Amino acid sequence: MAGRTLYDKLYDEHLVWATPGETPLLYVDLHLVHEVTSPQAFDGLRIAGRRVRRPDRTLATADHNVPTDPPATPVADPISRRQLDVLDQNCREFGVTVFPRGHENQGIVHVIGPELGVTQPGMTIVCGDSHTSTHGAVGALAFGIGTSEVEHVLATQTLPQERAQTLAVTVDGELRAGASAKDLALSIVAKLGTGGGIGSVIEFRGSAIRALSMEGRMTVCNMSIEAGARAGLVAVDDTTIAYLLQRPVIAGRADRDQLVERWRSYVSDDDAAFDREIVLDASEIHPSVTWGTNPAQVVALAGRVPDPDELPAGPEREAARRALHYMGLEPGTPMRDIPVDVVFIGSCTNSRLEDLRAAAAVAAGHRVAAGVRALVVPGSHRVKQAAEAEGLDRVFAEAGFEWREPGCSMCLGMNPDQLAPGQRSASTSNRNFEGRQGRGGRTHLVSPAVAAATALVGRFADPREVA
Amino acid sequence: MLAVTVLEGRAVPLRRAEVDTDQIIPSEWLKRVERSGFGRGLFSEWRDDPAFVLNQPSYQGATILVAGPRFGIGSSREHAVWALLDYGFRAVIAPSFGDIFRTNAGKQGLVIVPLGDADVDQLADWITEEPDLTVVVDVERGRVEVPARGWQRDFTMDDWTRQRLINGWDDVGLTLRHADAISAFEDASTTPSLGGLFDGSGHLV
Repeated sequence: MAGRTLYDKLYDEHLVWATPGETPLLYVDLHLVHEVTSPQAFDGLRIAGRRVRRPDRTLATADHNVPTDPPATPVADPISRRQLDVLDQNCREFGVTVFPRGHENQGIVHVIGPELGVTQPGMTIVCGDSHTSTHGAVGALAFGIGTSEVEHVLATQTLPQERAQTLAVTVDGELRAGASAKDLALSIVAKLGTGGGIGSVIEFRGSAIRALSMEGRMTVCNMSIEAGARAGLVAVDDTTIAYLLQRPVIAGRADRDQLVERWRSYVSDDDAAFDREIVLDASEIHPSVTWGTNPAQVVALAGRVPDPDELPAGPEREAARRALHYMGLEPGTPMRDIPVDVVFIGSCTNSRLEDLRAAAAVAAGHRVAAGVRALVVPGSHRVKQAAEAEGLDRVFAEAGFEWREPGCSMCLGMNPDQLAPGQRSASTSNRNFEGRQGRGGRTHLVSPAVAAATALVGRFADPREVA
Repeated sequence: MLAVTVLEGRAVPLRRAEVDTDQIIPSEWLKRVERSGFGRGLFSEWRDDPAFVLNQPSYQGATILVAGPRFGIGSSREHAVWALLDYGFRAVIAPSFGDIFRTNAGKQGLVIVPLGDADVDQLADWITEEPDLTVVVDVERGRVEVPARGWQRDFTMDDWTRQRLINGWDDVGLTLRHADAISAFEDASTTPSLGGLFDGSGHLV
């Protein structure tokens, strides 16, 4: 028998029921919940007189709406406040553990799952959020779902799910100095395009992926959805195991050895065949920045704004023209000549301890450029505490960055951290769609180190410029 | 969900590629805890422009949206589907769709119609020239027709989604037919749960 891919193993192990002509049912081991995509799902349960089938496989946190001011500051927006209150009420009513604003375990849902250790290899994990792909970094099948599916999982702990195609993204070689996991993620999205992964689950493979830390792997898996793939995976290896054994909910378990033995099976077999494969050379990846209004519109930081007239005639050229008009950019402008108004370091893509360390290493001993607002938003309270224990908060504060409370913050315009119309940002988040960071805002996606350097220079900058 | 067999109506050309769900319904609308009333937020940033196609009187009351490739990529927000339905759309015709959007649409009765690029362009040209043109989406037969032009094209939809759309079946009810299989799976599973990890206030025990 031919070997199986990691995806196929995960899918097969969770198959509850299948029959020809109907969509198979998959079991869900862990359902993560936040305030935005759950209220209508809990309402659906109430209307139908249903309960949450497995509160012990359901975990909720507040993240999208929370202001990043100190927790004692009231939530000024009444609609946001209501949504946060409704999450608390629903979780109380249905017996689900919830981490509200200010709670020691609260943070961005895709940061807290892995850091607590509730995200484990071999699991199926869903959440009403497209960046659930992040959790695939530990060798779990993790993907985003809509609110009807949230209700379905709450009620049944399963999900109707067709088998996806498998796509191997193999990255061999070594990343050059200055290039990070984020630059790798952007390069992969640029190569696949926004639709290249539609219908597929990606497995990230190759020596450059193996060399990444767990946090770097999370950054790469996080952006799978920007290439259209619902889920991204990295096979379990020693890096995965070492990370997991330090997690709070795993460190003390009596059955750790059995768990580890089982986790090691979550790899693709050597002779497994993928439906498709693309290959990248890590040594060709440079510090990168997006120039347009989708995450596949990427150029090297040392490059220039592209000219739509040099693209083939058709929808791509038209999309590029529209993007440049929205972004207020002229073709041929060197990226490093473009000034920014705001720098945002945070989001489920880049708000973990390593991200903050990378940014702090660049910022240390320098000052944010005049006229630039720079925010650093740790992904969770645990990240914040760990960073403060290393003194990173002081490094940022002394350099003129704001050190804020955890949440989704400026990744999306649902809380007070937003761009004003026409403002331009360098952002470590994942989406540069029109209006994503606030109506009329202009977003450029970058790595934490590039974001920090850009804050210091006031224009897009390579960290090596400010060393 | 809404049962749907055959749709017959006018169609709007939205000649843009990669219309992501942030454009369909901006995130400021996601703070609401209700399921209705999202139609006002549909494409709200683009609707500020009087020249935007949805603002043209000739397309008022249209029920079919004809869009460019990779429609509905990005965020998982089902609010995008709710907004399209609440505005009055019952089907979207495009060359390709984001996976999560397509799934969400199938849960709510919004019909997803994938056609080839050239066919979508042809359709968009016709409804641009003639906004009153009648377009038919036949879910049962998997076919799009423009009777006045003698034009018809087949589209693919998996059988289970088709069955659910035609009958208006609700997924949760269908799944609960298999409650015994779910219980048996749970009895055999050794995957750790969260049981006993947190106290009543969410602190680690």
